[in-house]
Amino acid sequence: MLAPLIHILPLTTLLRTRLLPEEGRLLVNVGQKVNPTDIVAEAVVGKKHLVVDLAQKLGVSQSQVARLLKVKKGQQVSKDEVLAESPGLFGREATSPMDGLVVAIGSGKIVLETGGAIFELAAGLPGVVVQLIGTRGVVIRATGAIIQGLWGNGRLDFGQLHSLMDAPDEVLDPGRIEVSLRGSILLGGHVESPKVFHNAAELPVRGLLIASLAPALLPLALQAAYPVVVLEGFGRRPINSSTYKLLSTNVKREISLNAEFADRQKDLHPEAFIPLPVSQEPPGPSQADTFTAGQMVRVISLSKPARLGTLTRLCGISTLPSGIIASAAEVRLESGEEILTPLTNLEVLG
Amino acid sequence: MPTSLIEGNSLLAVDIGAITTRAAYFDVVEGQYRFIGMGQCPTTNFGAGRNVVLGLQLAVDNLQNLIGKSLLDDKGQLIIPTQPDGSGVDGMVSTLSVGKPIRTLLMGLLPEISLKSVEKLAHTTYTRIVAEIGQNDTRSLDEQINDLVQHHPELALVAGGVDGGAVSSIKTLVDTLGLAAYLLPEDKRPAILYAGNKELAGSVRASLGQLASEITFAANVRPTLELEDLGPAQRALADLTIHLRQRQMPEIEELRILSGGLIFPSAYGQGRMVRFLARYYGENNSVLSVDAGAGALTLAASFAGDLHLNVFPQFGLGESLSGLLKHTSLEEIVRWLPLEISAESVRNYLYQKALYPQAIPASLEDLAIEQAIVRQNLFLAAQFLGQRLPGRLRGRDGLLPSFEPILASGAALTGAPSLGQKLLMLLDGLQPTGITTLVLDQNNLLAMLGAAAEVNSLLPVQVMDAGALTYLATVVAPISSASYGTPILRVKLLRQDGSEMSEEVCQGELQILPLENGQSARLELRPLHRADVGLGAGRAGALDVIGSSLGVVIDARGRPLHLPENSAERIKLLKKWYKTVGG
Repeated sequence: MLAPLIHILPLTTLLRTRLLPEEGRLLVNVGQKVNPTDIVAEAVVGKKHLVVDLAQKLGVSQSQVARLLKVKKGQQVSKDEVLAESPGLFGREATSPMDGLVVAIGSGKIVLETGGAIFELAAGLPGVVVQLIGTRGVVIRATGAIIQGLWGNGRLDFGQLHSLMDAPDEVLDPGRIEVSLRGSILLGGHVESPKVFHNAAELPVRGLLIASLAPALLPLALQAAYPVVVLEGFGRRPINSSTYKLLSTNVKREISLNAEFADRQKDLHPEAFIPLPVSQEPPGPSQADTFTAGQMVRVISLSKPARLGTLTRLCGISTLPSGIIASAAEVRLESGEEILTPLTNLEVLG
Repeated sequence: MPTSLIEGNSLLAVDIGAITTRAAYFDVVEGQYRFIGMGQCPTTNFGAGRNVVLGLQLAVDNLQNLIGKSLLDDKGQLIIPTQPDGSGVDGMVSTLSVGKPIRTLLMGLLPEISLKSVEKLAHTTYTRIVAEIGQNDTRSLDEQINDLVQHHPELALVAGGVDGGAVSSIKTLVDTLGLAAYLLPEDKRPAILYAGNKELAGSVRASLGQLASEITFAANVRPTLELEDLGPAQRALADLTIHLRQRQMPEIEELRILSGGLIFPSAYGQGRMVRFLARYYGENNSVLSVDAGAGALTLAASFAGDLHLNVFPQFGLGESLSGLLKHTSLEEIVRWLPLEISAESVRNYLYQKALYPQAIPASLEDLAIEQAIVRQNLFLAAQFLGQRLPGRLRGRDGLLPSFEPILASGAALTGAPSLGQKLLMLLDGLQPTGITTLVLDQNNLLAMLGAAAEVNSLLPVQVMDAGALTYLATVVAPISSASYGTPILRVKLLRQDGSEMSEEVCQGELQILPLENGQSARLELRPLHRADVGLGAGRAGALDVIGSSLGVVIDARGRPLHLPENSAERIKLLKKWYKTVGG
């Protein structure tokens, strides 16, 4: 059976695709070195459309409009600029109600594209551009440590990592988010108070990397203007030992927090990336694996915290403690306890 | 190369679900089609460089090991047709439920006529309605256009006008859709299904043909004001659904080729089979099939061959669980828990399961929560079905009408550890009324058989006759307004071996009349206080029943089923019911 992978690696080489939400303009070339805050592409997003009924404004039939036009498709027009006019002593003018771009003409109407804002796509991590993807984005190669999480709020930023944790199973005290942490990416435990988000926004911080989140706070996490990455999921869950150790040993380093919306099908995970200098590029993360004895695994429990362990034996079809019959494996947990768990509830760390 | 499926040939049927990919092998044994075996593996639509065909290969590999017959060649390719050495299979059909709900736009004229019909049509497959535009839409053209551009639906279902009727209003709608499609980038333009006034089809093709990613036409869903006919549009939508899935997962083309084009949405296969079964079990039979899948919960009801297919992606047991509380409350889920578990734990479970849709409840606590969610989702879906049925088919007081039989599939139901748990989830969730038989589609064959029926009408019949489905229990669920504890039914079970038993059943009770597997009996029902066992208020009757591990179940707990407010009392009662059905 194929095994899902979760990457928690102290040193690896990554390829990361950065895409605009829609077609735009690339600002970098292949081979170019980029910093996390460098803008690699931009696009105009959130454009609105305005339909101007010229036939109605001119008091003519739809078929007559074409010969009365004063503008063409693709032309930029200003507010009050004449779009079409009918001839004669009592001729009328149809003017543009606002600045815009003529994107369609037909059926006696004209469509203007207006508004919109420039969306700037940041590199998000320091590395080298290795591929351009049409006018949509780039692929960047980088080396460092990677920690994948489970949930993200869709934002991205870069900053210095500061830990607010003394143990992996703590609840994050909002009082610990104080002014000296402005501009940092904060590592915290379980978040159950809305004050965490309020305090973080007030500073502001550059990101929150947290163990777990109370589901009731999801709307706040989604609205946060900074990236929020949840490592272990919902309800109180401690950070697993591998992640805790890796993050604790990298405190005060620069960290890239990409709180991408998770998507199993597209293999997208929110993640924290810690760029590290190397003399020789380390290998990339494993891409596919099957379950075998000796693998380090994360055992998922839906109502209890996940636990790390070593897969000791594939047991075939077995009866689980719940009574359900499924393909299962024996796992020796870090505590030394041996448990039987379904393969569907395992992720391989690699 | 695919071969046509002629009767007598072996068949591989595959179903690619949101979580599990199944491969079932059917062949002729002693002159009759039989279900030979099934291989399965997790659907491989996750992870870098993986696609669903990989999971299919693994499922077929498991299958060939199970049945001792080579189906794949050295390169892992399916061997079609059967070779002289006996390896391979003659044909293949496929069903799919994997993939996110398709973002869908509804367009029609009147809200209660054509818009209602396209909405029903949308519910027959895996859709999420993101926009709706009708004749009475009060928004400006700008607002409508911006709405469509912002939501960029993958699919537009367009209807309106009776055949031969006025055309100007529907033309206006088509122009709006055409303009919005024109303004979208080519890769975001919708596929369009037009099922409106047939006189306009040519004009719609001329207006939208170049602006849609694909355009297809079906007979008018409202040929007259009085008549609704979703059948042809439903078939066209099934094909379009597969095409849209192919845009998301290009590897599906490989499946299409192997299947010789016989590839359908799983819900379509399920619906087709249920309609077939309704005819098979008798002219006046009403059959219900429920599939509790991870991607969607599907209810297919057929009344004398008239199909009502409803796909509920919002009640799937996977990623959509994070949105379940938009449709129900935590308290409504917690009420089904036979253990003391906090509402907050249930909330956490919903969100965590959405992150790990493939995870199985490994502990008793997880199992209790999962089964409580299944009950509530069945309950919600059954309520929707009740509301969506035409008035003449609806049950009393928002209850489901009587069905015989009810078929259940989906791992959450069929994979429960005990028969009693399977039974209770179905009874609590669906709350069937009258006399019905509960049948388990243990191998989730229904959708696959429905797909196979497209080319081989003999195969599904013979496979069903050979016992591919598992009989769970005969259930009698009286409706009565009598107060709790009042006797409402006298039952007598006259077994074939001559033994008999009589019971008086009170309002609020759940009783089992033991009748072992392989035994048959005559069940006499004598309602009291005008209780209705499906024969009419107070009317007595008798029927032949067959035995199962659960025997005959008398569910007199009430319809609708009310549970005590007090949690300790409720848990005590739920535990008592579990004990009654064997845990």
